Amino acid sequence: MTGKLVIENFKHKPMRSLLSILLIGVPVTLILCLVGLSYGMIEDTQTRQRSIGADILVRPKNSSYLTLNGAPIPQELVGLLARQPGIKMATGVVNIAAEGITLGAAGINFAEFNAMSGGFKFIEGGPFQRPDDVIIDDFYANQKKKKVGDTIKIHNVDWHVSGIIHSGMLAHIVMPIQTLQDKTEAVNKVSQIYLKVQPGVRVDDEIQALKKLPGFEDYPIFSMEEFAALLNIGNIPGLQPFIMVIMGIGVVIGFAVVCLSMYMAVLQRTREIGILKSLGGSKGFILQVILSEALLLGIGGSILGILMSYGAYWMIKTLVPASLPMVIVYRWWPIASGITLAGALLGSLYPGLTAAAHDPIEALAYE
Amino acid sequence: MNSDDIIQVRNLRKIYRVGKVEVPALRGVDLTVRRGEFLSIIGPSGSGKSTLFHIIGALTPPTSGEVRVADQDLSKMSDADRTRMRKRTVGFVFQKFNLLPNLTARDNIAIARFIAGLDPKPEPEFEEILKVLNIGHRLDHKPSELSGGEQQRVAIARAIVNHPAILLADEPTGNLDTENSAAVLQVLRDLNRRLGQTVLMITHNPEAAAYGDSIVHMRDGRIIDRI
Ligand SMILES: Nc1ncnc2c1ncn2[C@@H]1O[C@H](COP(=O)(O)OP(=O)(O)OP(=O)(O)O)[C@@H](O)[C@H]1O
Ligand SMILES: [Mg+2]
Repeated sequence: MTGKLVIENFKHKPMRSLLSILLIGVPVTLILCLVGLSYGMIEDTQTRQRSIGADILVRPKNSSYLTLNGAPIPQELVGLLARQPGIKMATGVVNIAAEGITLGAAGINFAEFNAMSGGFKFIEGGPFQRPDDVIIDDFYANQKKKKVGDTIKIHNVDWHVSGIIHSGMLAHIVMPIQTLQDKTEAVNKVSQIYLKVQPGVRVDDEIQALKKLPGFEDYPIFSMEEFAALLNIGNIPGLQPFIMVIMGIGVVIGFAVVCLSMYMAVLQRTREIGILKSLGGSKGFILQVILSEALLLGIGGSILGILMSYGAYWMIKTLVPASLPMVIVYRWWPIASGITLAGALLGSLYPGLTAAAHDPIEALAYE
Repeated sequence: MNSDDIIQVRNLRKIYRVGKVEVPALRGVDLTVRRGEFLSIIGPSGSGKSTLFHIIGALTPPTSGEVRVADQDLSKMSDADRTRMRKRTVGFVFQKFNLLPNLTARDNIAIARFIAGLDPKPEPEFEEILKVLNIGHRLDHKPSELSGGEQQRVAIARAIVNHPAILLADEPTGNLDTENSAAVLQVLRDLNRRLGQTVLMITHNPEAAAYGDSIVHMRDGRIIDRI
């Protein structure tokens, strides 16, 4: 019966109800998109790292596992590492940011990289033919509307597209390492070195051996597995506080919207509250009616927020698939909804208590 | 003291405080109503008729004096006690109908039962009463789709659905035309005669007052005579 009353009240002012739901849904979408992008970036990086086919990664001295600054490793180390007894092959890669922080380009030695990874699978076109050739993946090609033979501009340098590959290999954009070194004034330098061990050699043992090599003491050397595990939300500096801030905003918006909306509803329904009281409705009952309606708005807002996050997901996938790797993270649905519901219930408390405290005679006399 | 007396009021006073001003609405009212009586109350505007109803109906506490309704002492009641009292002991009918606008007539009746802690669906016998009220065919409409007379008859149904000891009707015909007024008054008399429902009715209309077994006349917060 309370449910019926709540639903009829809800339907009585559909515009107010739907607007409230929309406003409550916005922070839910914000939280889900932020989390979806964070997870998407991490998963995307992990897939790309795995696609390389390496066992061991050598990173620049003093680098964090998240950021790379230029190409500080001397290229002769690639050859030196390749000659170690436990190592089957080695290849150096130069990484640069092409656009923003999420869209990267990599310079490779095509032959070495092909041998290690098992080769690119081309959708269109093929390997580099000229020094200024570039291979792009389908995400980037779709986003930029480029095809084989077209020219793309990266950091004011024109590149000629020789092939398009499936996304998920190393980077969205791949170019010959030599050309990239020349253009970025990093001659004979690489950003990181990938190693594959000989069959039968244990990766951990090999890492210990490499760390003992003269001159390698200060280089962070990871197994690829270990490196992938380091990539998680908790390890991205500033991300967790940022998510907290967005969640805080979600609570505040949910709180404010519901408080305002329900307060208006309580004012409009003063007389009806008086009627319920004249029939013997207790303070608890009145409060329950108001809280239930707030809960309904909160649940509606959560559902709409989730739907809108799919909308955002779809837009990103269609418009900027290469720039923003977003995924839908189901286990954040209850978290984002819970936050919003908490805000909604808090926001309905003041109007609810106001309504419960109404004097029945005054409420009945209200016009 | 007679156990047949459903309402006993002695020296009842009610003073409203508006800022620093004290407004005496009732200045010593004595009233006894027998079970099954139909009492009309008349008097000029501001004479305290509604205030008396609000106190007997447990909507507001008396300032002083003794008030017993259905063997319960209202002068010593807490807010929660009065709320409980309104659930089943009194039924109200107001001049402005006061139905919940978003609910159908049926649900308006059902919610009174729900609030009283009863099954929202009225007992089968209630069909009889709906017949007397002549609203059986209008139950699935919302108040805005009903005529004033129909709304008031739904309000009466709601007021008596929990079998209250007393039915308090404050100018129930004040917003109705002659025809609808007659129907409502007829219904109140029927409920009183057939079911023994105790009815107290405030009215400005002498013809309406004549439906009662007796008429109480109020002025300046006092009862000045009873015929
Ligand atoms: N909530 C209130 N606060 C202050 N004064 C009030 C309040 N309710 C009623 N009064 C005053 O008490 C007196 C009695 O009012 P009451 O409503 O009982 O009169 P009434 O006989 O029902 O009048 P009417 O025929 O106009 O309905 C009036 O002077 C009125 O102004
Ligand atoms: Mg009055």
